[in-house]
Amino acid sequence: MNIINEVTITFPSKSANESYARAAVSAFSAQLDPTLEEVGDIKTAVSEAVTNCIVHAYPDCVGKIYIRLRIFEGNILEIMVRDRGLGIPDIVAAKTPMFTTGGSDRSGMGFTIMESFTDNLRVRSTPGKGTTVIMKKRISMRSGGKSL
Amino acid sequence: MNITSKRTGGELTIFLEGELDHHSAKCAIPEILKILDIELPLHLILDFSGISFMDSSGIALVIGAYKKATVLGGTFSLINVSRQAHKVFFAAGICKLINIKTREKVAEF
Repeated sequence: MNIINEVTITFPSKSANESYARAAVSAFSAQLDPTLEEVGDIKTAVSEAVTNCIVHAYPDCVGKIYIRLRIFEGNILEIMVRDRGLGIPDIVAAKTPMFTTGGSDRSGMGFTIMESFTDNLRVRSTPGKGTTVIMKKRISMRSGGKSL
Repeated sequence: MNITSKRTGGELTIFLEGELDHHSAKCAIPEILKILDIELPLHLILDFSGISFMDSSGIALVIGAYKKATVLGGTFSLINVSRQAHKVFFAAGICKLINIKTREKVAEF
């Protein structure tokens, strides 16, 4: 698949940057002419992935969060969120709804939301090395809208 | 996140305004629980008309408020939920537990 456009963003794992990450991804995805609902889906999925980095990858320190956004032929947006944090020892458990190692202020629904708001989710993790989450979403082609 | 509340008899409405994510929920959850401890309402209404975005952090906030209100012997409702936030609640299966009223009529996702 041909890559049509690509950006990378790096920022520290401070919770104040969650809204920045959502806004940056939403601004990049605008060239695909997504519907309001699709923008909401993208922002929600990014918010979950970035929050995971802040809460779980770097629980006691501030580390770097990397986001790579790519647009493929066929109106497909790929969102990669990577950290160099603690890693996930058991990905199957982490993806289970309501499972959380966070406190009562966490719902344990992060991966469930990412899965249901995108078309494809892949998670790779090495304990002590970090975690990479790759999500893909096809944005509907609208008649009268811009096409790439 | 801006939080205000209005008391009418036994009914307490809490209005939330802004983006509800992990960053804002960290402060909003304890603040809401504190308001409930002081007001001890018979009926708690969470009004989401000012919420422009919500992720799964909102689920923990709503469940926390729901549990607190029912432990205090009151009832709970959530109103003026956006289409985007409703989709998050629906994906998490919260709609079976809590009565949610949306801003506009939304189709079942």
